Amino acid sequence: MTQAMTLEQGASVEPIIAVRSLNKTYQSGFCALKSIDLEIKRGEIFALLGPNGAGKTTLISIICGIVNASGGEVTADGLDILRDYREARQRIGLVPQELAVNIFETVWATVKFSRGLFGCAPDDNYLEQLLKNLSLWDKRDSTIMALSGGMKRRVLIAKALAHEPKILFLDEPTAGVDVELRRDMWAMIRKLREDGVTIILTTHYIEEAEDMADRIGVINKGEIVLVEEKHALMKQLGRKTLTVQLARPIARLPTNVNSDAVSLTQDGRTLVYQYTTAADDSGVSQLLGQLQEAGIEYSDLSTKQSSLEEIFVSLVEEKQ
Amino acid sequence: MNLHGVKAIYLFELARTWRTLMQSIASPVLSTSLYFIVFGSAIGSRIVEIDGISYGAFIIPGLIMLTILTESTSNASFGIYMPKFTGTIYEILSAPVSTLEIVVGYVGAAATKSVILGVIILITARLFVDYSIEHPLWMFGFLVLTCLTFSLLGFLIGLWANSFEQLQIIPMMVIAPLTFLGGTFYSINMLPELWQKVTLLNPVVYLVSGFRWSFYGNADVHLGISLGMILLFMLIFISIITWIFKTGYKLKS
Ligand SMILES: Nc1ncnc2c1ncn2[C@@H]1O[C@H](COP(=O)(O)OP(=O)(O)OP(=O)(O)O)[C@@H](O)[C@H]1O
Ligand SMILES: [Mg+2]
Repeated sequence: MTQAMTLEQGASVEPIIAVRSLNKTYQSGFCALKSIDLEIKRGEIFALLGPNGAGKTTLISIICGIVNASGGEVTADGLDILRDYREARQRIGLVPQELAVNIFETVWATVKFSRGLFGCAPDDNYLEQLLKNLSLWDKRDSTIMALSGGMKRRVLIAKALAHEPKILFLDEPTAGVDVELRRDMWAMIRKLREDGVTIILTTHYIEEAEDMADRIGVINKGEIVLVEEKHALMKQLGRKTLTVQLARPIARLPTNVNSDAVSLTQDGRTLVYQYTTAADDSGVSQLLGQLQEAGIEYSDLSTKQSSLEEIFVSLVEEKQ
Repeated sequence: MNLHGVKAIYLFELARTWRTLMQSIASPVLSTSLYFIVFGSAIGSRIVEIDGISYGAFIIPGLIMLTILTESTSNASFGIYMPKFTGTIYEILSAPVSTLEIVVGYVGAAATKSVILGVIILITARLFVDYSIEHPLWMFGFLVLTCLTFSLLGFLIGLWANSFEQLQIIPMMVIAPLTFLGGTFYSINMLPELWQKVTLLNPVVYLVSGFRWSFYGNADVHLGISLGMILLFMLIFISIITWIFKTGYKLKS
């Protein structure tokens, strides 16, 4: 009793997933993960970004027990994934990147199978609700063969959730899913998070990470390049661009304007000023003041914040 | 023990049998019927009795063996090879099930199917020849043990195979010939002395002999040896499977 209580108290502070010095060298000799350290917080949505071949799937596969690690250790909910594999795996659901489904089975049979496989007693009401949430209820008696690609992916999500896991891994869940369904899917994932499920996802649609994630990790060539709160990341690295449309074209920048930060387009009609949101600089008002001083009129102003995608690309490029 | 997990795998595999009912049950039954018609009735009527048993009746145990050995092996190997092939194995690997539980699920289902098949053939045989079973409990025991052992072998082949060709090769190139040469259609006492010795290297001889003893009370080799051999095979297959799962060989990269 007391032990259970201390366990629970301890659990609220410790990370739900802790990866320590994780290495993976495939049989081919290829080193896919290089001493990865990563902690996932309880209840968060964590987005793992990285170019093709970065090691995202490898990392997830090791945590889920599909690939053997070459070194290091992983705990899930405080349980060692090797020593306490039963308890650990019961807490984890996985939606794999590849569409691996048994096409001869019906949707209903396959989710029922998944629930049993993960050691849960049958609960038809839960599965019914699950299929309804994923708009699959109408298709429950169809064989998977007769489903579209997007539906198959939702079947995989249903299978991953069939045993009510506390941790959900989504390896590119929205690949091949149309816009509307993607929105529904995100709504469902938010709902899961509200219910206390921790979600780790990979995606190549960076807007998704920007939209959904609490924290973002970037992996490149088997190394974690950065892990950061999304907002902090945006603030830290986010660049803004001020575009000034001039009323009349000019031949060159006025002398009072700092030519390092401001550039003039070829046609002489637009000024572009890059600045960071982090520095509390007064660059914008300064520039506008300088333009007025020089007697240059402008017809329009616009600012744009760089997206996570641009941040991400610059990060990966920096490392190369 | 994850009983729900074992049950899920077991029922999934049986459902697969059900979906492919024609290949699973009908074709072995058909081919054994043909054996009975050809060997039992047509040719058998010209062959003298062996050990006081009509030829048609004599070949029943061997024919059942022939079918359940090949069917157990190919069915169990297919059962585990398919998830590897389609990628659905990810779910099994990520599930809270132990090696033993996975094996019990897959092998149990394949063996169940083979036992059912064996019984169906036994009933079919009745349409062609008259026979008696002297030790029905032993008969059933041998049937179940053999089905289990060869389903284990099949599971092993399915784990090992990298292609459909490799999957077929052992049932076709090893098991079927060994069964034909293992005393299915003759008593090994009918062979020249040298070949009797050579034949004893064929493990199937022990299975057929023990099984035939449970029908007619006479055997080519001692009953204890037959039983011992089955259990030995079983042990070997289980050890290899356990080792495969321990090392992740060919299942996990
Ligand atoms: N079984 C394997 N044997 C050898 N190398 C492998 C194996 N699986 C993956 N790799 C290599 O490991 C690296 C990481 O692969 P991984 O699938 O983890 O990348 P990823 O980040 O998921 O990429 P993507 O965005 O394309 O899904 C790649 O270079 C890949 O070629
Ligand atoms: Mg991947």
